[in-house]
Amino acid sequence: MNDGVNGVALGVFIFFFLAVTVLGFLAARWRKAENEHSLDEWGLGGRSFGTWVTWFLLGGDLYTAYTFVAVPAAIYAAGAAGFFAVPYTILIYPLIFTFLPRLWSVSHRHGYVTTSDFVRGRFGSKGLSLAVALTGILATMPYIALQLVGIQAVLDVMGVGGGENTNWFVKDLPLLLAFGVLAAYTYSSGLRAPALIAFVKDTLIYIVIAVAIIYIPIKLGGFDDIFAKAGDAFAQTNPATGAPRGALAPPEAGQWTYATLALGSALALFMYPHSITATLSSRSREVIRRNTTILPLYSLMLGLLGLLGFMAIAAGIKVSNGQLAIPQLFEDMFPAWFAGVAFAAIGIGALVPAAIMSIAAANLFTRNIYKDFINPHATAEQETRISKIVSLLVKVGALVFVLTMDKTVAINFQLLGGIWILQTFPALVGGLFTRWFHRWALLAGWAVGMVYGTVAAYGVASPTQKHFGGSAEEIPGIGEIGYIGTTAFVLNVLVTVVLTFVLKAVKAPEGVDETSPDDYTADAGAPGVQVELPPATAGAGR
Amino acid sequence: MSDAPEVKPPVVTPVRVVIALCLVAPFVAMLWVGSYAKIDPTFIGIPFFYWYQMLWVLISTALTMIAYKLWQRDQRARGTQGGGAAQ
Repeated sequence: MNDGVNGVALGVFIFFFLAVTVLGFLAARWRKAENEHSLDEWGLGGRSFGTWVTWFLLGGDLYTAYTFVAVPAAIYAAGAAGFFAVPYTILIYPLIFTFLPRLWSVSHRHGYVTTSDFVRGRFGSKGLSLAVALTGILATMPYIALQLVGIQAVLDVMGVGGGENTNWFVKDLPLLLAFGVLAAYTYSSGLRAPALIAFVKDTLIYIVIAVAIIYIPIKLGGFDDIFAKAGDAFAQTNPATGAPRGALAPPEAGQWTYATLALGSALALFMYPHSITATLSSRSREVIRRNTTILPLYSLMLGLLGLLGFMAIAAGIKVSNGQLAIPQLFEDMFPAWFAGVAFAAIGIGALVPAAIMSIAAANLFTRNIYKDFINPHATAEQETRISKIVSLLVKVGALVFVLTMDKTVAINFQLLGGIWILQTFPALVGGLFTRWFHRWALLAGWAVGMVYGTVAAYGVASPTQKHFGGSAEEIPGIGEIGYIGTTAFVLNVLVTVVLTFVLKAVKAPEGVDETSPDDYTADAGAPGVQVELPPATAGAGR
Repeated sequence: MSDAPEVKPPVVTPVRVVIALCLVAPFVAMLWVGSYAKIDPTFIGIPFFYWYQMLWVLISTALTMIAYKLWQRDQRARGTQGGGAAQ
């Protein structure tokens, strides 16, 4: 793969990268609000986005390097097992259709910016709110790390990354540069930067996919040939494990894994702080419901991209690191200039979500840790400054994940984050529908889920790694292999339910619920619903 | 416990059952992996396993759209009957 620098591709890539950077800085002026120093403004873009901007924004953080690099790479490596991402994204929409509008309403009534805000208001528990905030920040880091791995894969294939022989600094220099640009424009423009860039990103991506999905199969002799070759490749025995490398359809033994991975990932996705950020920045609850009917377009795209994994096999791509399969396929198949466009699409497609994720994690820290526990009387300027600094720190944390963890199975970064973030589901979604759960039970359930999930994930070894080598493990009591996140989630719910009964029996204090039932159904225009700058957010009073 | 106390139409209605079915169907279809873990029949060379799931992207989109339209109608009907439209 390191056959020198691909000059044309690199030129095109840099052109798009610069264009996007300029856009990012200009974005600060787009739809400018009167108070740019408020956290609401920097972190939620003033909460004024309509259906289409929200769609791009959500798409921007749902479909990422995960889509372009990690999923096709998983399919390239193991075949059918990697395709679980498609049912995963199918299941998201019926799920969010049910609970996100309620979260939107209650957040706009009470000025909640994060999930922790809601949990604290609903259960009157700072401890639970802290748990949710910490989980959100922790789980976001490996997800951002995955984006950085995506950018790195592209740079590697273009020959910028240097080989295994160069020292680590030269090897990672392009990665650090890309990281610096991302950090700089996120810092100055907040959420407006990624929202605007998302348009460019999605346009590029649609063009690349359309071309790839038509052009490459024709060049490779049609899908019949592609799957015949892929089938042959998967049937060969992997010397490391002694088993076939993969399969075109999951064998009986892999079906539990497949289903639990899809379900667990779907439940987890909208617990991430960044998905919530994008949701809350929409103008009304109708915008959200309408979005669930157009977002699946992205899933179709994901499926088509997944098939690229098979095409890489059929095209005879041989890479030691699976993440490089798709960028390498593009370089081999496309003329140099279009390979550059494709690389730019992947690079920007990783950049935008990374920006949104780090902003969301920073909001969490500022509101639910800094303001609640460190400096309750922080001014609006202080809040925004802290958020900006933390957004940098989160990215640095992600960088640590990239530099220290094994990158050959990038999809594991996202699955690891999923194990953690899924444990906030009972408090958040449970809380949106009922006040039955006891706050201490939720906290205990969360702790059990986190500990089990982390320990189980730590114990999974892979051929290249001793710990955190995978995300599936035997499900206790069932004996099938399943996604650790889903198992931990079930444990979490069980503990929560049992302890709720116990705590209610001993009449443990329930905490104050500051929300009322009609808060969950209010739409924009209803009394008490603030569209912009709710009073609970500092900065509104200026 | 989050139910509003005031008098309103029954919580479970035939329309709402249909909405629920629309939203549950994708879960049943996708989590029952055994029902589609096979190669044949292929479609333009793509094994069943893959095209079937991609087809479900479209089916679930249609179902969510139906649920959305029914929900809107349900809310409008409740709105005219007075009382808060609750979810």
